[in-house]
Amino acid sequence: MGRYIINRVFISIPLLLIISLLTFVLINLSPLDPAEVVLQAQGVPKITDELIAQTKEELGMDQPFILRYFDWLVASLQLDFGDSYVTGKPVWSLIGPAFLNTFKLTFVSSVVIIVMSILLGVICALKEGKIVDKSVRGVSFFLTAMPSYWLASIMIWYVSVKFDLLPTSGMDSYKSYILPVIVITISYAGIYFRNVRTSMISNLNEDYVLYGRACGLPEKKITVHILRNSLQVAISIFGMAIPIILGSTVVIENIFAWPGLGSLSVKAILSRDFPIIQAYVLILAAVFVLFNTVSDIVNAAMNPKIRNDL
Amino acid sequence: MRIFKNLSKDKLATISVTVIVVTIIVGLFAPFFAPHDPNQVNMSLRYASSSWEYLLGNDHLGRCILSRIIYGIRPSVLWVLVALFISVLIGAVLGFLSGYFRGKVDAFIMRVCDIMLSFPGYVMTLAIVGILGVGLGNILIAFILVKWAWFARVIRTSVMQYSELEYVKFSKASGISDLKIIYKHLVPVTFSDIAVISSSSIGSMILQISGFSFLGLGIQAPNAEWGMMLNEAREVMFTRPELMLAPGLAIVIVVSAFNFLSDALQVALDPKLLNSKKRPQQKSPTTTVKIQKKEVAH
Repeated sequence: MGRYIINRVFISIPLLLIISLLTFVLINLSPLDPAEVVLQAQGVPKITDELIAQTKEELGMDQPFILRYFDWLVASLQLDFGDSYVTGKPVWSLIGPAFLNTFKLTFVSSVVIIVMSILLGVICALKEGKIVDKSVRGVSFFLTAMPSYWLASIMIWYVSVKFDLLPTSGMDSYKSYILPVIVITISYAGIYFRNVRTSMISNLNEDYVLYGRACGLPEKKITVHILRNSLQVAISIFGMAIPIILGSTVVIENIFAWPGLGSLSVKAILSRDFPIIQAYVLILAAVFVLFNTVSDIVNAAMNPKIRNDL
Repeated sequence: MRIFKNLSKDKLATISVTVIVVTIIVGLFAPFFAPHDPNQVNMSLRYASSSWEYLLGNDHLGRCILSRIIYGIRPSVLWVLVALFISVLIGAVLGFLSGYFRGKVDAFIMRVCDIMLSFPGYVMTLAIVGILGVGLGNILIAFILVKWAWFARVIRTSVMQYSELEYVKFSKASGISDLKIIYKHLVPVTFSDIAVISSSSIGSMILQISGFSFLGLGIQAPNAEWGMMLNEAREVMFTRPELMLAPGLAIVIVVSAFNFLSDALQVALDPKLLNSKKRPQQKSPTTTVKIQKKEVAH
C-alpha cells in the first residue's frame, strides 16, 4: 500500500509540471500583446511603441520564454501569481478569498449531493423497475435537462422575490447557501445518483449475493455488503465530482452574486486580466489532479485488486 | 438499419427524433419560418404579451420573441452540432490510429489525452475563451480543443475491442491492407458506439454553451441565442418574469429530446440494457464513460 501511494504521488508530479507549462503557454498564445493589454487595462489613453517596450521591460517580458516560465513557476509555488493588470493588486489577495468562498459553497453542495445520490441511488436500486424508481429517474431526467441558471432564476423569483424567504444574492449568512446549494444539487445529484444506482444493481447480480442468500443471510446484511462494494465506485466518482463542481459553479456564482472564483474569473475574462485567468486555471487544475490522486489512493485502500495496476 | 427498426418501436425516441429533426429544419431555414426580423426593434411593442402577429410576445426592445427563438436555433443547436462533429471526427481519427496500430503511436496519443483530461473541461474552456476573447466562435473552438481527447479515449477502447476479434485477425493474416480493414470491418461496427458516445454529450454541450452566452462570454448582442435571451430577460426578471419562459423551455425541450434519443440509442444498439437483470457485468470502460460524459453538465 505504501508503495502504491508513493508511486501514485510520483505520477502526478510530472503531470502537474506539464499542466503548469500548458497554462503558461496558453496565456502566451494570446493574439494580444500582454504589454498592450496592461496599458489598455490601466486606461492609458495613448499607447505608443515606446510605452509598450517600457512596460515589457517592467513585466520582464523581454526575457526568453523558458526563463520566464521558470520564474513564473517558482513564484507560483510561493503563491505569488503577479499583479492584476486591471487593479494592480496582487493576484493571490484576490483569488485566495474567492477560492475559499467557492470552496465553501462546493463543500456544502458536495456533501448534500453525496448524501442525496447515495440515498436515492440505493432506494432506486432496491426498488428497481417499481414506481419509486421510475418516477425518481423520470424527474431527474427533466431536471438535468434544465439549464441551471434558468432553474436558479426561477427559484430566485419564487422563493426570494415572491415569498421573500431567502436572500436573492450575496454571501451573508447560512441562509445565502440554501438556494445555490439546492440548484447545484439538482444539477448534479441527478447524474451521480444514476451511477450509484447502476453500480448497486450490477452488484445485486453478483455471485456473492446469491451465495449470501443461499446461506440464509438476512436481507439487511446482504444489503450492507452490496452497499460496501458499490460505494467503491461511488467514492471514485465523487472524488472526481468535487473538483468538477468547484470548476463549474461559475454560472451559479454569477447569478447569486457569490463572491467566488467563478465571478472573479468571468470578470477577469471580460477585462482580459491574464494573471488572474492564469492563476485560476493553474489552481483549479492542481486541485483536480490532487483530488484524482487522493481518490485513487482511497480506492486502492478499499480494493486491493487495483493496487497492482500501477 | 437494425438501429432504426429498434428506435421506431420506442415511442419516446420517435418523438425525440421528430423534435430534433423539426428543430434542425426550422433552424436551417430560419428566414423562411420566422414571422419577423429577429433584430427589428419596435419600441412601441415593448413587453407586449402574445398576440396573433407576435405569437410569443415581444422583449424589452419590442423584438419578436418567436423569431428570436427560431434564429437562436442556429447558434444554440446547429453550431453546437458542428463543433461536436468536428471534435468527434478528430477523436475518431486519433482513436482509430491508437486503437488499431497500438504501440508507440498509441502510447503517445494516450499520454496527450491524459494531460488534456487532467484539466477540468469547464475551466479549460473558460481559459481558452479568456485568451482568445469572447464570442461564439471562440467558445466553439475551445469546446473542440477540450472535447476531442475524451472522444479519442472512448473510441480507442471501442476500436480495441473489435480489432481483437477473429475476423479482423483473419483479414490481417490474409494480407488485406490496414486502411481497408479499418474502412470495411472496423468503421461499420464501431460506428454505433461512436453514435451513442457523441449523442450522449450533445445535451450537456448545448447547456454549457448557452450557459456561456448567458454569462455574456458567447455570442454578442444583438444576435439571438437562447442563453443570451435568458441573460437579457434576467435584467427585467423581477418585473417581467414571463420573458424567461420561452427560451428556457426551448432549451429544456431540445436538451431532453437529445438525452432521450441518446438513451434510446443505447438501448436500440444493445437491447440487453432493457432488462438489467440479465445484464452482464460491465466494468471500467463503461463506467468511466458515464462519469465523464456528464462531466460538466452545467
